Amino acid sequence: MWHDRPLKDGYDVVIIGGGAHGLACAHYLAKEHGVTDVAVLDKSYIGSGGSGRNTAIVRSNYLTPEGVRFYDESVKLYEQLAAELEFNVMFSQRGHLTLAHTDGAVRTMRRRAEVNRLQGVDSRLVFPDELAHICPQLDLSEHPRYPIMAALYHPPGGIIRHDAVVWGFANHADRRGVHIHQQTEVTGVDVRDGKVRGVETSRGYVAAETVLNATAGWGSTIAAMAGLELPIATAPLQACVTEPLKPFLDVVVVSGSLHVYVSQSSRGELVMGASVDPFGSYSMNSSLDFVEGLAGHVLELFPFLSKVRILRQWAGLCEMPPDFSPLMGFTPVEGFLLDVGWGTYGFKASPICGKTMAELIATNTTPDLIYPFRLSRFAEFDLVGEKGAASVGH
Amino acid sequence: MLVVPCPNCGPRNASEFRYAGEYRPRPHPSQDVTDDEWATYLYTRSNTLGVHTEWWFHTSGCGLWFLAERHTKTNAFVKSYLWGAT
Repeated sequence: MWHDRPLKDGYDVVIIGGGAHGLACAHYLAKEHGVTDVAVLDKSYIGSGGSGRNTAIVRSNYLTPEGVRFYDESVKLYEQLAAELEFNVMFSQRGHLTLAHTDGAVRTMRRRAEVNRLQGVDSRLVFPDELAHICPQLDLSEHPRYPIMAALYHPPGGIIRHDAVVWGFANHADRRGVHIHQQTEVTGVDVRDGKVRGVETSRGYVAAETVLNATAGWGSTIAAMAGLELPIATAPLQACVTEPLKPFLDVVVVSGSLHVYVSQSSRGELVMGASVDPFGSYSMNSSLDFVEGLAGHVLELFPFLSKVRILRQWAGLCEMPPDFSPLMGFTPVEGFLLDVGWGTYGFKASPICGKTMAELIATNTTPDLIYPFRLSRFAEFDLVGEKGAASVGH
Repeated sequence: MLVVPCPNCGPRNASEFRYAGEYRPRPHPSQDVTDDEWATYLYTRSNTLGVHTEWWFHTSGCGLWFLAERHTKTNAFVKSYLWGAT
């Protein structure tokens, strides 16, 4: 799939972080711009951070036009990805339901549906009569504490095999000459006269005039090495899977009010996640509070799951920016670029993020699609408020 | 569950509290504050991996707002105190 190669003294481009984002950027740099003198460094194995810890949901039904356009391009790239990477990424566009349990939530869903449709995205509001056909397993009665009033239905949304996405990008980047260095931790960023010159790693110094920080979760720690503070706060997000069950759920079900999302993997396990933990931390420990709270909420939606056992649980790190939109592009340090601040919505952006960041690196200009997500938007008070479309309330 | 040391009530479960983020000193409004300084105060966080100072609010307890120093990887508290004390 990919090879261990000797670490060179210098590269044209160093990408810190061997997740789906960093590897996608390396892939598109090599494929579309002929930039192959690239190293991807990861302190652990590739895909060991957020790329392997998310719940693998892909969708584009966001709230702002900027967000919808960006994620829609990502969905389109995901649709072609298996062919492009010659690797089965198991993308299943099974439809995505975001439930509304209050009048306020129904209003938000209606607004999202209208914004989505203006951008050409298939997304609409559905009510319990139609929901009974789309997902008859849901408890649509008046009995639950928070009865389901409506849902935002997004047919192109779905789930994907997230490890396969990482491996596919790694394989193609490697084939075109990109060096992937696992177990190579960046310990310092060499900045002189406001320009980046290279990085210190656990395996020695590597010179580079372009360094991309693609370490969402740990983005602040790498930025601090370059003397930058970022508008993000890291918090863990926990998820879990149940024992495998006979296939019964063929849509992704999300409830913001109940802080839960559920899908059934092709192995039959229910993959379930919640909102971020209630306090900031870099800890990736699991907690009983989480799994207890989540189970209660899932049973409100699917009461018949009460005897199903949890197989395992884990946590990943999310960097939350104040406006719930990512940080992409240039910084005050010349040559030091950002691809961080990915909150709870990073994995689903991987292909378009890699493609646009590769274009930014190759042309030294910011593509229009990601201009709204520049770091300087905070000093310009030009935020992209996406909190209303975060999968669950935070 | 994380146990938070309230300076008033002693150690209590985190579910009684609201976490209110990293402590950042606010520029004094009587001074000339530039847009950049204001944006930095509002949005930028050091997001330290290590011990940092943070706000907690004992919502379901005594109602106290206080500061605590906690390690952000181990979640171990170093101390907690009222604003203005150390």
